[in-house]
Amino acid sequence: MIIETQNLTKEFGSLRAVDGLNLQIREGEILVLLGPNGAGKTTTVRLLASILKPTSGRATVAGYDVVEQAKIIRRMVGFLTEFPGLYLRMSLGDYLDFFGELYGISKEKRRRRSEELMERFGVLGIREKRLAEFSKGMRQRVALMRTLIHDPQILFLDEPTSAMDPHSAKMVRDYIRGLRSSRHTILLCTHNLAEAESLADRMAIISQGRIIALGTPGELKRQLLGVPLFELRLASPLDSLLSRVGEWVEIEEHGPYWFRYRTALPEEVNPLLLHRLAEEGAEVVTLSELPRSLEEVYLRIVEDGDGDTLSV
Amino acid sequence: MEIPSRFRVSPLAMGKGASESLAKALVITRREAHDSLRDWRIVTPILLLTLIFPWIMSLASKVAANFAVAYGVADNAAIITQQLVPFSLLIVGFFPISFSLVIALETFVGERERNTLEPLLATPISDGELYLGKLLAAMLLPVAASYLGLVFHLIGLRWITNYHISAQAFLQVALLTTMEALVMVAGAVVVSSHTTSVRAANLLASFIIVPIALFLQGEAVLLFWMRYDVIWLMILGLLIVDLALVRTGIRIFNREGILARQYDEVTRSGLRRSFSRFWSSPPGIGEEPPPLTLGRLYRSHLPRLLRHYLSPLSVVLVVMAGGLLMGWAFAMRYPLRGGLEGLVNSDLGREWQDLGVMPGLNVWGIFIHNVRALLIAAFLGVISFGVASLLLLLVPLGMVGFLLGQAVSVGYSPFIILVAFVLPHGLVEIPAAWIATAFALKIGAAILAPPRGLSLGEGFLLAIINFLKIFFLLVVPLLLLAAFLEARVTPRVALWLLGG
Repeated sequence: MIIETQNLTKEFGSLRAVDGLNLQIREGEILVLLGPNGAGKTTTVRLLASILKPTSGRATVAGYDVVEQAKIIRRMVGFLTEFPGLYLRMSLGDYLDFFGELYGISKEKRRRRSEELMERFGVLGIREKRLAEFSKGMRQRVALMRTLIHDPQILFLDEPTSAMDPHSAKMVRDYIRGLRSSRHTILLCTHNLAEAESLADRMAIISQGRIIALGTPGELKRQLLGVPLFELRLASPLDSLLSRVGEWVEIEEHGPYWFRYRTALPEEVNPLLLHRLAEEGAEVVTLSELPRSLEEVYLRIVEDGDGDTLSV
Repeated sequence: MEIPSRFRVSPLAMGKGASESLAKALVITRREAHDSLRDWRIVTPILLLTLIFPWIMSLASKVAANFAVAYGVADNAAIITQQLVPFSLLIVGFFPISFSLVIALETFVGERERNTLEPLLATPISDGELYLGKLLAAMLLPVAASYLGLVFHLIGLRWITNYHISAQAFLQVALLTTMEALVMVAGAVVVSSHTTSVRAANLLASFIIVPIALFLQGEAVLLFWMRYDVIWLMILGLLIVDLALVRTGIRIFNREGILARQYDEVTRSGLRRSFSRFWSSPPGIGEEPPPLTLGRLYRSHLPRLLRHYLSPLSVVLVVMAGGLLMGWAFAMRYPLRGGLEGLVNSDLGREWQDLGVMPGLNVWGIFIHNVRALLIAAFLGVISFGVASLLLLLVPLGMVGFLLGQAVSVGYSPFIILVAFVLPHGLVEIPAAWIATAFALKIGAAILAPPRGLSLGEGFLLAIINFLKIFFLLVVPLLLLAAFLEARVTPRVALWLLGG
């Protein structure tokens, strides 16, 4: 495990922001941290990025202790903060150079890395432009470039695509996918469920400082929403066919031309059903799995968030 | 857990040397100085105060000298010029550094408010390096402008008024300017480290501006009277304050403190809760307060509180002894011409009473006077980091020391004088003043160094509550008793001992 926490707890006065967090992240994995506002996502990444110290428990990043070896961790990881927080009077080139210098990178290396990132994020031609003149989305891109300036292998990204236009957001998501293929480890906090689903190897849903669900998006859906629901539409009314179909699958709902059923074994059940319907002379228009949104899973988990951790 | 080979960091790569730390701090300083230089709101006044104001002051000095000559005090013109010019140097030096406070508040709190601080905190730079970098950044531009202004003013004086300023005066003004800038910047870090907005920090900045303004007035008087010896002492005092503020700043400027800071919202319910918690909790943090009764208050709570305040009580005791000795030394140096009788027979006491400085010699008058004096001292302590409270205690003790010294110089036994005039009520009044001043000192100190585990607001509130607790439950009853003794017993003892 490249990141590991044991009963990690952080209190601010009487408020327990992170409550006995146990988490393991493998090298090269993207783990998405989902949760409502104030759930403890940002505090968790701040603890792992060695910016805050835990009240109790411990955490290691690449084998280094977040308290004892905080400086090493800060040098090694890239942390994209929730707000871009740019120095608006600086030019893009100077800004990246400044952060590169803080990470102890040589001048020549800084210049090369800055250009590489500017090219990758489509801002190479505007290195002399003041950051104040940048749009919200571009500022967010600059913040991401700042996070990547020292080429970290471990990334903590807090809302990386918030405030971005769809084009910029896609560019960033593609970049993150690219990082996964080069064995970067990423812990990503987001509210964007579609983004979470498209990027996550695993997802952890956090509420009141505790992880209440952990697993791949598919696993979480199956666990929370049950077996998939299918809908079959016919060209002609069901009428007398309905009772026979009821013998083959368990119908949940139906209309004059359609019916819905659940099956945990679609690869066996669905071809058989189609074959039998064809034998009966029924013309099938469509057979499809009804989409089950991650939002549904998320809301269900967060609403029942007081229970034990659901680990899949 | 074993560290994967691709993540292993060589100890050399981490670099711990002082020069590397300084280099990192200077990266911060450079960026912030560039940022300030891009802000016309900072650059324009600094340029005006550096390039134009010194020449205006040089001309003003010339006009002042001409005025002295034109209105028939030509003989004194040289003396007036000699005394006024160093004062103008003080103004030229101070005006640019006043911007250091604004820059410091911007660089420390403004960064947090604009969310630009957290990306810095995520880098490998240490808290100390970041603090040093920002401290230098806030001082660099104003202090450089101040030096430049002083040099221009010197050239202007030489050119326009043909006046030579002494090297000592110039060095003192330059040192005072630098140290005042450091007080303002380091003080700004201390107050701003406990706020979440520039607005709140600006409000708290009055805790820096007021003492600095008072200090400047003192400097001006000393420069006018050319008391360079005392100014050296002031420089030493400033250096000590600088070191204390920097030490406190280093302690409180850390990632944990900055990011965990709560909003400084004052709510009635929050205040009530804190007040009730601090009122009933025994000294020390984190203890569960038992139900507070009057008996418990006097038997255990107040004695524990006094033990908890051992350090400020010791400081005040040393200052009191110093006040007595100073008064004594003053009496030795300046003996009264008519001896003690001269003082007793003079109308001084009545004149002071007419001015409202001295109380009427009755129980109520003395009591009200003492309560008022100690409350004013406490209030002044709040806006002077506790220093004014100490200074106000020095005055009566200095007078006692002076009185005793005079008595000795004319052959009286100091013990007789002490017993006759001071001891009967002093046995009660002096401890009351001692305790009240120590608790007032702690209010001022709470701004500089809030108790661990408490925010600035909480630490400040705790110190005020402790002061009020000790003042009304212990000091006021003691002052009432002392007033009774002073009005009814002390005069009789004095008459009995010294004869009618």
